[in-house]
Amino acid sequence: MGFHLPKNFFVTGEPMIYVADVLSVLTIAGIVFVLTYYKKWKWLWDEWLTTVDHKKIGIMYLISSLLMLFRGGIDGLLMRTQLALPNLHILDAEHYNQIFTAHGTIMIFFMAMPFIFGLMNVAVPLQIGARDVAFPYLNAVSFWLFFAGCMLFNIAFMIGGAPDAGWTNYTPLAGSDLAPGPGINYYLLSLQISGIGSLMTGINFLVTILKMRAPGMTLMRMPMFTWSVLITSIIIIFAFPVLTVALALLTIDRLFGSHFFTIAGGGEPMMWANLFWIWGHPEVYIVVLPAFGIFSEVISTFARKRLFGYGAMVYSMVVISAVSFLTWVHHFFTMGAGPAVNSFFSISTMAIAIPTGVKVFNWLFTLYKGRIEFTTPMLWAVGFIPTFLIGGLTGVMLAVAPADYQYHNSYFLISHFHYVLVGGTVFGCLAGLYYWWPKMFGFKLDERQGKWAFWLFNIGFNVCFFPQYFVGLMGMTRRMYTYPEGLGWTPYNFISTVGAYMMGVGFLIMVYNILYSVRHGERDLTGDIWNGRTLEWSISSPAPHYNFARIPEVDDLDAWWHMKQRKRKQPWELRPLKPIHMPNNSGRPFIMSIWFFIAGFGLVFEWYWMGIIGLLGVLYCMLKRSFEYDDHHYIQVDEIERTESAAGRA
Amino acid sequence: MEPFRKRLRQWLTLIGLSAVLLLAGCSREQYVVLDPKGPVAKQQYDLIVWSFGLMLIIVLAVFGIFAYVIIKYRAKPENKGYEPPDQEGSKLLEMIWTLIPVAVVIALAIPTVKATYGLEKQPSSDRPPMTIKVTSADWKWIFRYPKEGIETVNYVTIPADTPVQFEMDAVGPMNSFWVPSLGGQEYTMPGMVMHLWLQADHPGVYQGRSANFSGKYFTHMTFDVVAKSPADYDKWVQQVKKTAPKQTEAQYLKLLERGLAKKMTFSSYPKIADQAGLIGDVKGIKNQMNRPKEPVTGTMHHHAH
Ligand code: HEM
Ligand SMILES: [Cu+2]
Ligand SMILES: [Cu+2]
Repeated sequence: MGFHLPKNFFVTGEPMIYVADVLSVLTIAGIVFVLTYYKKWKWLWDEWLTTVDHKKIGIMYLISSLLMLFRGGIDGLLMRTQLALPNLHILDAEHYNQIFTAHGTIMIFFMAMPFIFGLMNVAVPLQIGARDVAFPYLNAVSFWLFFAGCMLFNIAFMIGGAPDAGWTNYTPLAGSDLAPGPGINYYLLSLQISGIGSLMTGINFLVTILKMRAPGMTLMRMPMFTWSVLITSIIIIFAFPVLTVALALLTIDRLFGSHFFTIAGGGEPMMWANLFWIWGHPEVYIVVLPAFGIFSEVISTFARKRLFGYGAMVYSMVVISAVSFLTWVHHFFTMGAGPAVNSFFSISTMAIAIPTGVKVFNWLFTLYKGRIEFTTPMLWAVGFIPTFLIGGLTGVMLAVAPADYQYHNSYFLISHFHYVLVGGTVFGCLAGLYYWWPKMFGFKLDERQGKWAFWLFNIGFNVCFFPQYFVGLMGMTRRMYTYPEGLGWTPYNFISTVGAYMMGVGFLIMVYNILYSVRHGERDLTGDIWNGRTLEWSISSPAPHYNFARIPEVDDLDAWWHMKQRKRKQPWELRPLKPIHMPNNSGRPFIMSIWFFIAGFGLVFEWYWMGIIGLLGVLYCMLKRSFEYDDHHYIQVDEIERTESAAGRA
Repeated sequence: MEPFRKRLRQWLTLIGLSAVLLLAGCSREQYVVLDPKGPVAKQQYDLIVWSFGLMLIIVLAVFGIFAYVIIKYRAKPENKGYEPPDQEGSKLLEMIWTLIPVAVVIALAIPTVKATYGLEKQPSSDRPPMTIKVTSADWKWIFRYPKEGIETVNYVTIPADTPVQFEMDAVGPMNSFWVPSLGGQEYTMPGMVMHLWLQADHPGVYQGRSANFSGKYFTHMTFDVVAKSPADYDKWVQQVKKTAPKQTEAQYLKLLERGLAKKMTFSSYPKIADQAGLIGDVKGIKNQMNRPKEPVTGTMHHHAH
């Protein structure tokens, strides 16, 4: 107990960190000033911080993850700058180690996951004809927990010191003997807090999709994105508890001196690797399956064709999700598990390529005989096919255990997983962002700028990561902060860095595209700007807060497409409007996340009094909630009528 | 010219240009993984080439279909009124593209399993095998020769054309012992002994490094593998025994502490060195040495080999 301020509570002595400090303070001051000047505090509180509307929560996820893509991207650029030439000293070893740890952790937990969650939130209830998710209040709690975890992680490099054991955080390196101080605690507690949120999101969407589909929408009539989210939710529910336990065990090791992972106390350091990857391998499917869903939507929309082999697309995802739990050992073929184990995990890993291959061919045959329009979302979707193919097939090469003895932890691996994570997940997120943007905001992002951003980012991506396959075969390992001259690595690294900067420029154009389009973007007056196929395009843009004035009835796959073709109104479209039951806003999820943050921050520094206060605050919030009965309201028919006619709908 | 063609041409130029840049100034020796210098690396190289070939066929086939489809079926003013057909799918086609990957996986799995088992065995050679013990500590490599009783740090001398079994453990964090010219890597872990066969066909100096991140100076955790002809190797051992200093317990413990070390050679090593890796951390080793009566224990586990 007690209040021991660590020696460098405010991280000092680093010019880059001073710059970051100043920028952070200026940003916060700027935000406060703007909100005060324009008298927007109340608006912020009423409309955003307390919202339980899935669309707004989705938008908050998207804003956060774009910011984190920026932060993680800057980290990536810093690393690439350091590696551009041999023997550079832009970053020293310690700083580099912190940066790749932050980069990996942020990209996976605070960029890819929330991006996917954001798109899920925006699109899934609309796709299934629902008015919200199953547990709107829980949804807000999930978001704010993610946000609290994210903030906790992000302050580490300014206060107390950042974690530096890699995003995989292997013990014993991450144990308290070799890594004393708050750094690793930040990693453990911020992931714990946001992880609880992720688990709840999984449960929420599982129930939403199973229970809240519009009448007539059987499982086999669900849009493919919704299917992918359903399967992802199931993976989350099975995988995240493992992470929770692993993080808790290591936290207990570090804070209370137990020995789950230390040899000296009879523990097993390898146990961390096992637990981490039992969660970690499914995690890559948590972020890539929804991207597959997005590609399916986008490709069938812009090829103007029904998805080829819908049933096979569903079954292949089910198979992938099951097998994804049987492959984790491929992350440590070289940990001496013996030939039988390695052979099993080799083959199970290769087996994933089979259903994935089926999906790729089904996408190709959806395009076949279509009339393909290369809109921006479509460019990202089409660009995904070759990049993901290269990433996937090099993944199969890595699955060959004896060959992996040579690739393991080399740049070959770095290249492989960026081809999959960027070429799959990030391309999918961006496709989804451009695709659903008009639905979220009622205007389209500028197509010309979007295309520029796509080509710069895509070409830059390949220029950055393709050479890394070669430099891996030359013996360069991941996580090297510098390298000597004369090994032949220099030209590859230099080209790679040039590519990284091209991606950076592509990202900036994307940001400019958003700012530009707020004023000049084409307004979406029909609600169906892409001539879409699924229900979200049947309502106005942006969607009214109750989503559907009348709950649609569905009788086929691509329900909206068929409704458009029938041209005649269906019986349900003529029914009278009824008052709509909606959940009340609540500030408690936000406040609760502040208590979580306080608890996490206290535990990071082993200030147990603060940890306890934080946890008591959390408990108090839960208690208050359980005595709250007045938590919903009705939207009356006249208000619905007003909203609908304002959106140009009878 | 249509924008699409123009873009395609820009793309191709860019790809061609970067390919030339990539290949400029690089020779095969620099691709250490693709230039095996011993039977272990050779087996792995063969698998790499085989898997690459299979994958290349798939890449070319899919890229072909992909290019054809997106060029042929793109929206053009000419096909303005074209309504794409309402296809559900095709059981036959889907069967085909399920079975082809199945065949590829089988073609890959068989040699994979063979090699996975094969690499556990001693590579064949006319000469009898030998054992070298390896301990990784923050940020250095310590090699012990049990038969000769000598020790080297950050370099290891081996006889060419001789199967060498490296018996590996660690003090401190995990590392990965990797000499790409001679063969793939294996982790070194505290509390556990791991085995790795390597063999150099010819005398030469091969670069080794740790492939698993282990903290601050991980990047500098490199070592040389010096393969000498068997006769030269024997001479080297004799010379070490004659000229190199003995290593005391204190010196050994000092060596285990965090920090970098130069290349070193010793004509002996203390007894505790054989148990250090099983105890796994410097503090624990010191504790054990302060209690000389008790037998040294460690949670040692061998996996099936
Ligand atoms: C914006 C472009 C990006 C650049 C320039 C970039 C660059 C890098 C570099 C240089 C490393 C290697 C660090 C090292 O081993 O020394 C790395 C590692 C990594 N990257 Fe990226 N990256 C980018 C995007 C992404 C994205 C989008 C993701 C995930 C969705 C991602 C996930 C990772 C992970 C998980 C690691 C491993 C970190 C570790 O070894 O602990 N990266 N990245
Ligand atoms: Cu995996
Ligand atoms: Cu072990």
